[in-house]
Amino acid sequence: MSESFRPNTLEQVAEAVTWAVAGKHSLQIAASGTKSTLGRDVEIANQLNLGAFRNISLYEPEELVISAGAATPLHKIEQALAKSNQQLAFEPAHLGRLLGAPTKRFGSDGGTLGGVIACNLAGPRRIRSGAARDHLLGFHAVSGRSEPFKSGGRVIKNVTGFDLSKLITGSFGTLAVMTEVSVRVLPTPEETRTVLVLGCRDEDGVRALTQALQSPYEVSGAAHLPSDVVVLSKISPIATAGGAVTAIRIEGPAPSVEVRCEAIRRLLAPFGAVEELSKKHSLAFWSEVRDVGFFVRDRERQIWKMSVPPTVGTAVAAALLSGTDGQCFYDWGGGLIWISLPSAPDARHELVRDAVAKSGGYATLIRAEPEVRARVPVFQPQPAPLAALTRRVKDGFDPARVLNPGRMYEGV
Amino acid sequence: MRMPEPDTDVIAGRVRIAKDLSAIVSGDGVIADEDELRVYESDGLTAYQQIPLIVVLPANTAQVSGVLRYCHENGIKVVPRGAGTSLSGGALPLADGIILGLGKFNRVLEVDFDNRCAVVQPGVTNLAITGAVSHRGFYYAPDPSSQIACTIGGNVAENAGGVHCLKYGLTTNNVLGVEMVLINGEVVRLGGKQLDSGGYDLLGVLTGSEGLLGVITEVTVRILRAPATARALLIGFQSASAAGQCVADVIGAGIIPGGMEMMDKPAIHAAENFVHAGYPLDVEALLIVELDGPEAEVTHLIESVEDIARKVGAVHLRVSQSEEERQTFWAGRKAAFGAMGRISPDYLCMDGTIPRHRMPEVLNGIAEMSERFGLRCANVFHAGDGNLHPLILYDANTPGELEKAEEFGGDILRLCVKVGGVLTGEHGVGVEKRDLMGEMFSEDDMKQQQRLKCAFDADGLLNPGKVYPTLHRCAELGRMHVHHGQLKFPDIPRF
Ligand SMILES: Cc1cc2nc3c(=O)[nH]c(=O)nc-3n(C[C@H](O)[C@H](O)[C@H](O)COP(=O)(O)OP(=O)(O)OC[C@H]3O[C@@H](n4cnc5c(N)ncnc54)[C@H](O)[C@@H]3O)c2cc1C
Repeated sequence: MSESFRPNTLEQVAEAVTWAVAGKHSLQIAASGTKSTLGRDVEIANQLNLGAFRNISLYEPEELVISAGAATPLHKIEQALAKSNQQLAFEPAHLGRLLGAPTKRFGSDGGTLGGVIACNLAGPRRIRSGAARDHLLGFHAVSGRSEPFKSGGRVIKNVTGFDLSKLITGSFGTLAVMTEVSVRVLPTPEETRTVLVLGCRDEDGVRALTQALQSPYEVSGAAHLPSDVVVLSKISPIATAGGAVTAIRIEGPAPSVEVRCEAIRRLLAPFGAVEELSKKHSLAFWSEVRDVGFFVRDRERQIWKMSVPPTVGTAVAAALLSGTDGQCFYDWGGGLIWISLPSAPDARHELVRDAVAKSGGYATLIRAEPEVRARVPVFQPQPAPLAALTRRVKDGFDPARVLNPGRMYEGV
Repeated sequence: MRMPEPDTDVIAGRVRIAKDLSAIVSGDGVIADEDELRVYESDGLTAYQQIPLIVVLPANTAQVSGVLRYCHENGIKVVPRGAGTSLSGGALPLADGIILGLGKFNRVLEVDFDNRCAVVQPGVTNLAITGAVSHRGFYYAPDPSSQIACTIGGNVAENAGGVHCLKYGLTTNNVLGVEMVLINGEVVRLGGKQLDSGGYDLLGVLTGSEGLLGVITEVTVRILRAPATARALLIGFQSASAAGQCVADVIGAGIIPGGMEMMDKPAIHAAENFVHAGYPLDVEALLIVELDGPEAEVTHLIESVEDIARKVGAVHLRVSQSEEERQTFWAGRKAAFGAMGRISPDYLCMDGTIPRHRMPEVLNGIAEMSERFGLRCANVFHAGDGNLHPLILYDANTPGELEKAEEFGGDILRLCVKVGGVLTGEHGVGVEKRDLMGEMFSEDDMKQQQRLKCAFDADGLLNPGKVYPTLHRCAELGRMHVHHGQLKFPDIPRF
């Protein structure tokens, strides 16, 4: 018989974990479920749903901090911050639609704050402001030993003890059940504009991005869309660009944005025709890039996300796409590649791993059929000493393997 | 300060151990002569000294691996050391442990402008990284005041910050990858030139781990294009709370300055007498607010900050008109620690962080303590992020004063925690704040942190006696205490 717990208090979370440990049951840790297909597909009989932990307990705009229950919907956080002209600067992707999750129930495809942290998400501003890992200040959780513990705090600067906030971020619920988190927030820029360079081949597009990122103009988004992805955009000035689009986002106080856009246009003019997107279109476009909107529709396709040194990105992508009718686009100045490939039983994972092994980097199979995710490593396989270390870390937090076991790696 | 009981067998085997280590690191890599060992007897927290058993200076990763494997097999403790500028005693030697110095790891291995990163050895100084990339207008952002001397390995181990970290982040936000050696000699790479590396973020926990998890042998850092311009405002207030209000209003207006520093009256006076930066002496609090970025932005924001400052009652306000003047504004702040050395034989530098709006009450509290302990105290403050550096002045030659100063420091940190802050913002726990950890963490919180330590170093050989007041054995920490299969709350809601 399987259980579905929905605890209301920290004590009840601990009690559910105690039950799991004592009876050798495994627990799937969940909140809104938007990212439940992200990770290896493993059979987990019981659910521990954090849905009741969904309140903002503290928001002090002038202290740049918000604390909330782990299952607080991301859109609720974003709305609260917007009232004080603030935001989560790491721009977490709303992946619900890409992953085909039933998002109606939660009113948004962003999932919950805890989910964003557990998956260490970030958006285009990653190049400037970091990822979820760089913004989690502290948390309360229950370990797989059913012991409540906390780490960090609510202040930005803190080196007291090991930084478990980093460890818990991106651990996909395999180490501890977060109940409450404190994250750093930042002001929303007054103005946002985007400089577009049209018609670049991938290599030239990434070179243009590199030049922009090496300039003193404080670029906060740097993406390149080949022509076959451009046509999938829902933003009309992009969709109708008639060729590849290389996009550079500039944010900040209005007078500054004005001057910097001008400078970037001059800098990149040698690469091709240059245009500019308005604030409204910029906001919509970068949300689309953030959420990988271009690849939402074709559900059958498998999707890889690769984080590589920016200068090798185009070569890696070309190697993977050759001989397929796959598509890709680049974010993070060429350092993040989203690849959409026709479904294959092995998700071409050996090819992907090979490419990454040569270039340095990290590949994650973001979307694929459950049976594929059961068979193929979803996360980058680790060298033996690192894999052993990973297992020992898991031992420290969840020795009985009750929390999301196998979600990241077999036996973890 | 009590350190773990030294292992007399290890001390007795000193000569043999030195000989064994010489076989691994060859030549001048082993120091066992007492006079030469004395050089390493303390770090930046000079109140504590201990002559190490032996100092080993390996020259490459293979040697580090060999040394650690040897120590692991023979149960010998290891204290990693960079430049020895730690202010918390993180690099304080142990009588029965070797110092593993990384001074020979002093090369910049690669500068990669296109991927905006640099690969360096851990013994390279913080400033030397900027030095290696500045010819193309780049720099390495985290800038601890000790940046001429401290090493990047030490920065990673302490997660060092600097005056610009409100806008540009701490070390942890600027490191992309490391090569590290585990206590058993295994070499592990974490991260790389890419931004995201997946798996557990062991790079993130290694950063700030104070030498307890592994020895860093290579670091890949992000480098940034230097801002086109920087200008600073020097703003004086009649009260600390007015200065605090100014800081809050600047941030409330959506401005994140490159740096935002505050000094109280004793600090202003000491600094001014020392470097003659032109600070006003008739104010209670002084702010230095630096705006950096494109010219147009800086000009625009300077005006906004000026407006805010006047609204909250600034009594003194100057905007730097030249690069030279900006440097002068900073000269006093940068010399604040040195200035204490001129007005007092010794000082202790504290490092708590507080929610900013609690600053006035914390400063009052410190003033009260200063009276109670009969010791002077000056405050410098990374105002933007609430990181407070009270400098407690004392004389080590007066019997009992060090103990009094430490007690004073302990009370300040307790107050920081009480108002929602933390024990240390950037200097680390080390030995200095070790026994205060219980103020912030419960026994269970600390045990969970130590279980992470067990994954890296189950025998507790790396830098023992630092950070954690009680060292639990890993076997004991690993045990699970689950006794019943019955739910205590059979009524946990289901759905
Ligand atoms: C005048 C002065 C001003 C300072 N200002 C600042 C400041 O503004 N901000 C700030 O954050 N700090 C500051 N510090 C503190 C200090 O400089 C930093 O903590 C610095 O990061 C220490 O670097 P280090 O190379 O001297 O390391 P050390 O002091 O040698 O070691 C520090 C710790 O790191 C460990 N360690 C060193 N190297 C390695 C390695 N390769 N692998 C594993 N562990 C290692 C050691 O075991 C020890 O625990 C200041 C210190 C002084 C003296």
